Amino acid sequence: MLASDGATSRPDAAGQSYELRLYVAGQTPKSVLALANLRLICEQHLHGRYEIEVIDLIQNPQLAQGDQILALPTLVRRLPEPIKKIIGDLSNTERVLVGLDLRVRE
Amino acid sequence: MTSCHSVRVLPHLPPRRELPKTLTGIRGFDEITRGGLPSGRPTLVCGGPGSGKTLLALTFLVNGAILFDEPGVLLTFEENAEEMANDVASLGFDLPQLIAAKKLAVDYVRVERSEIEETGEYDLEGLFVRLAYAIQTVGARRVVLDTIESLFAGLKNDAILRSELRRLFSWLKEQGVTAIITGERGEGLLTRQGLEEYVSDAVILLDHRVHDQVSTRRLRVVKYRGSYHGTNEYPFLIDADGLSVLPVSSLALQHDAPMERVSSGIANLDDMLGGKGYYRGSTILVSGMAGTGKTSMGAHFLDAACRRGERCLYFLFEESPQQLLRNMRSIGVDLEPWVRSGLLQFHADRPSRYGLETHLATMHRVVADFKPTVIVIDPVTNLMTVGTSADVQAMLTRIIDHLKTENITAMLASLAPGRSESERRESTISSLMDTWIVLANEEVNGRHRRGVYVLKSRGMAHSNELREFTLTDGGLQVVDGTDGPRERSRVAYQPEGLEQHAGV
Repeated sequence: MLASDGATSRPDAAGQSYELRLYVAGQTPKSVLALANLRLICEQHLHGRYEIEVIDLIQNPQLAQGDQILALPTLVRRLPEPIKKIIGDLSNTERVLVGLDLRVRE
Repeated sequence: MTSCHSVRVLPHLPPRRELPKTLTGIRGFDEITRGGLPSGRPTLVCGGPGSGKTLLALTFLVNGAILFDEPGVLLTFEENAEEMANDVASLGFDLPQLIAAKKLAVDYVRVERSEIEETGEYDLEGLFVRLAYAIQTVGARRVVLDTIESLFAGLKNDAILRSELRRLFSWLKEQGVTAIITGERGEGLLTRQGLEEYVSDAVILLDHRVHDQVSTRRLRVVKYRGSYHGTNEYPFLIDADGLSVLPVSSLALQHDAPMERVSSGIANLDDMLGGKGYYRGSTILVSGMAGTGKTSMGAHFLDAACRRGERCLYFLFEESPQQLLRNMRSIGVDLEPWVRSGLLQFHADRPSRYGLETHLATMHRVVADFKPTVIVIDPVTNLMTVGTSADVQAMLTRIIDHLKTENITAMLASLAPGRSESERRESTISSLMDTWIVLANEEVNGRHRRGVYVLKSRGMAHSNELREFTLTDGGLQVVDGTDGPRERSRVAYQPEGLEQHAGV
């Protein structure tokens, strides 16, 4: 049974391309970890149809306001809409997938 | 033993140096805090919904930008930013203009819990980045966070939030900005999330109470590290001119005692008052039942003051200014030219409109704005219906104390519905009065006769006579007395109950 692993794949998720933004503030352990986790998840689940833009707020502090960034790291799913935000080091893959709408919450 | 020791030592200690302070420019607030908020430190302002927290914080920012050349940053978590901008615009704050002039930076923070997934470790560095960027953009010296507790509704991890808030407040100190952090009043705590634990330099509590359908705002400095401050509750006002706090002036009785005299506006009454009238800066009570001529006495007093070119304020708690002008014209006192020339200003209010403190604060503000040398409150007894007699006494003490400090001569009309009632009421305030003039009405031999006497008048040899007076179309005229300079006919009647009245 598909539901036995706690989540089901979304049938309509296939084919859409993902525009992702990862907000960080410098090379902190949390931000390095978050980027590594994100790359891994994307390769596994969104191979060939994702883009990751990393925004360092130390260099571009004015960009924090636009996406309403408070917590860091924050991953913003710009596309597909609606906009989704996932905060933290992305160490819980299940929750990241749920946050990206790649899995539905049970 | 140690406590005894310290008590002995204390008086010999040099006066403590207070920490540097930053003026808020809020009327009264800088007085009660002896100079404003602690410079370079965060202050917590807490209170229930609608208590005026945001307004106080915004006034601090706007005054900083306009009056003190200290730009500011507003980081607001309020959901309806537009509504807030409209609210403050009604008070004359033009936020967009200040933002355009780079004197103010505003960042609206929105946290939508439903669109946020939390996974793993995070911090609030994004908030720090935004705040630092805003501070840098305008070179801010002042910062307001309103209301940061909203974060607790937006993010799930309380432990992270708390440690980040602690870090935020110490970061604010490092930046050297003077900050106000607002918080919602909580159950058993000053704020819902216990922010007082993090902001420990100064805590200000705002309160909005409704008692007998009359609302009163109060402000209290709960804590102010390294500074002396009053622990009293101070009434404060929010009106078209913004926020003002009423400081309780010193009750140390250190007023000057001027020797200058001012005319009552009635020649023979001046005679009764040692020949020269009232002392400047003194407080005069005029009491009597309805229709005895109290208002006429006040009108003469103001008319005379305006003729001398003095600025006068008339607080009306019963009649409208138009009614009063018409009625006084009928006895030959035309106050209208003084109103037109700007020497005389009316301030008419329904007593039941606010609580005592609000009346007090309003009067305080009106006096501060108009800077009169003479005021009349007519009738002061109407104010007494809005509070207990202890409250009234306390309030009148404050008003009178303030007026004396400002060297303002004040006449208070006291309406006495009946004798026993009048004594009970007047006794609560008579001790505060320098001069007490009693007006009496009696029917003698089928004729309605009016009498006036000076019950007391401190510091002068006043007449002890009851003299008759008439209200003519040429004004209030007191007949000549026997003990005045123009000794002539003596009034030949003694209304009953007078001795009783004089015995108060």
